[in-house]
Amino acid sequence: MSEATLPAIVVYDIAALLFQFLNSFGFIILATVGLAIIFGMMGVINLAHGEFILIGVYGTALTYHAGLPLPVAMGAGVVVTTVFGVVVERTIVRHFYDRLLDSMVATWGLALVISQLLLIVFGSSLDSIGTPLGNVSYGPFSSSIYRSVLLPAVALLVLAGLYVLFTRTEFGIKARATIEDPETARAMGIDTDRMYVATFAIGSALAGLTGALYAPALGSITPNRGSTFLVEAFVAVVVGGPSVILGTLSASGLLSVFNAGGSFFFGTFIGQMLLLLVAIVALRFLPDGITGYVDDWRQRRRAEE
Amino acid sequence: MSGRTFSRRSLLASSATALGISVAGCSIGGGSNSGPTVGILEDRSGNFQLNGTSKWQATRLALEEINDDGGLLGEEIEIVDPDPQSDNSRYQELTEKLILQDQVDALWAGYSSATREAIRPIINENEQLYFYTTQYEGGVCDNTIFPVGATARQQLGIVTPYLADEFGDDIYIIAADYNFGQLSGDWVNVLAQENDYNIVGEEYIPLDETDFSSVINRIQDEDPDFIMSMLVGSNHENFYDQRATNEITDIPIGTSTTLAQGHEHIRYDPPALTNVYAGVSYMEEFGDQRDGENIVEDFYERWPDANYLNQEAQNNYFSVYLWAEAVEEAGTFDQQEVISVLEEGRDISAPSGELTLDGATHHMEHEMRVAVCDENHEISFTNNERIGPSFLRSEVEGGDGCNLKEQDKTTQYVPSDVYDV
Repeated sequence: MSEATLPAIVVYDIAALLFQFLNSFGFIILATVGLAIIFGMMGVINLAHGEFILIGVYGTALTYHAGLPLPVAMGAGVVVTTVFGVVVERTIVRHFYDRLLDSMVATWGLALVISQLLLIVFGSSLDSIGTPLGNVSYGPFSSSIYRSVLLPAVALLVLAGLYVLFTRTEFGIKARATIEDPETARAMGIDTDRMYVATFAIGSALAGLTGALYAPALGSITPNRGSTFLVEAFVAVVVGGPSVILGTLSASGLLSVFNAGGSFFFGTFIGQMLLLLVAIVALRFLPDGITGYVDDWRQRRRAEE
Repeated sequence: MSGRTFSRRSLLASSATALGISVAGCSIGGGSNSGPTVGILEDRSGNFQLNGTSKWQATRLALEEINDDGGLLGEEIEIVDPDPQSDNSRYQELTEKLILQDQVDALWAGYSSATREAIRPIINENEQLYFYTTQYEGGVCDNTIFPVGATARQQLGIVTPYLADEFGDDIYIIAADYNFGQLSGDWVNVLAQENDYNIVGEEYIPLDETDFSSVINRIQDEDPDFIMSMLVGSNHENFYDQRATNEITDIPIGTSTTLAQGHEHIRYDPPALTNVYAGVSYMEEFGDQRDGENIVEDFYERWPDANYLNQEAQNNYFSVYLWAEAVEEAGTFDQQEVISVLEEGRDISAPSGELTLDGATHHMEHEMRVAVCDENHEISFTNNERIGPSFLRSEVEGGDGCNLKEQDKTTQYVPSDVYDV
């Protein structure tokens, strides 16, 4: 290796690391955001979140294989998951608001039912959808444009959209008021029941969007793939803490740095282990998550002033 | 099992099972039937459902064919086949139930090596006649276990030299991070030592991993002549889609797992599986080598919604007939007597060809082939070779081999027992 080529190789390595970070970052945000809304705003831990995403995957794959263009099929996946979420909220979840452990057991049971139903109805596997958009090549390496560029960009747009929705619109103010103090919100004329349904529907739609976006990047589509998303989502929600948008963003960034770095330098196994180790260390020192710590720090500072 | 002695451990195991079953609310009434009973534990849900379902279907097909022909020794075979759901704890519970409560006369169980190892102590404790049919890493020398699938020495032994001759000898190994993958990786290292190949990279990947971008970057960095892949399960299949997206399908892949088990060439759009070369004993495309028989037609007639008749399903199918022939010859379902007949060695006509059971090792001499997947995902076969279980027969124990006819063993030999890996 000549000295002249060394900087180019270093640049390629840095680019490969950056693309892997973006790949991991996009995945964790998209896997997490629906779970974070339902948990952060409604106090329900939806352990069927992975299966909600899977419904988005199935909705997309089935309509795509039926002949619809991929973007339209993705829309169908989101709609199916949203409708499913509303039905589940009205029939099951509404009985478990602010009953954390009960909601975990109920939704875990729901997850088992969904994956078994998918198995019974659609069989053990659906035909896969090839990942679109090809790759970007640099030096000896290449990275998928869809996974490493498009999906992280969509993930950031989703977070920006949610920020606008919950802070800049009347619906957002009503929804947050409902979550903060439902009785006062009702006294102010807000239809809190409708707000709960709407918030759960948004969480479900985001799960459906994640499923739709990953349907062409998931490879084999089988009824047990929901767990692929749930572990990372669960870890990111707990590490992120109560604030939906900042929590998701900060936890995804932190976890992705260690996941991508570990995978790039030491292999996939170490990348996974590092992600979980960081989560353990973060929870040891930040029991309320990153945003919980930030809130606590702000309050202490205000008190000192 | 007739003539089974009840040790303290088996009594404890039986009590624990009865307690477990009663706690779980399962029916324990009724007890065992008087006729022959066969147990099937194959995954119809969970991570291995895709491969396990066709194993279950083929086992049922063979047993139902035997029943339709009048049964065995004039008796109809009863089938007990709960779904173990790719869960090793459930496998252990169900294995105990099938042995102790249903008193099965023979058991077909398990896809992964981790599952086999999870239930092997229970099989050994109860001296249960057990057919393990998945192709696997090899080395199990066990009194009552018949691992009739091809071993790594047979599968990797045919495909690795073929690829090295065709494309060059720099090899990158990727494999699932559990006993099967680790030992298969050791076998590729053994083949590399024997033939002076270069291992330029080696990575073992957790079973739940679906993102292979870092693996692909490392492969691109090392630029091997070919990849040896022993990835396992539906999560790992994503590697092939990402391989196509990253346009590295020009790097050939040798494998002992892909194509023949999960029919990836059918489920994935071309060109994801282009240039994949699998060392196999059977694939559905191979048809039926027996005169006047067509297992593929029979299989889909019985199971119209089936996905694929995979290599393991064929192993289940012929091993049911292997067992039935031994039962007929023994004139009894007594498991020790059936094992004694099997240990005499047998030739059997299977859909994959004329096979031989090696009585001393309980393993098969298989007709091995290299299955080649082209850019349209069409399968062709090349390099037909009959390969015996040489590792157990002539390499272990200082070259004396494992001989279950003469000595009791419940051992799994690994490559490092013989080679410096």
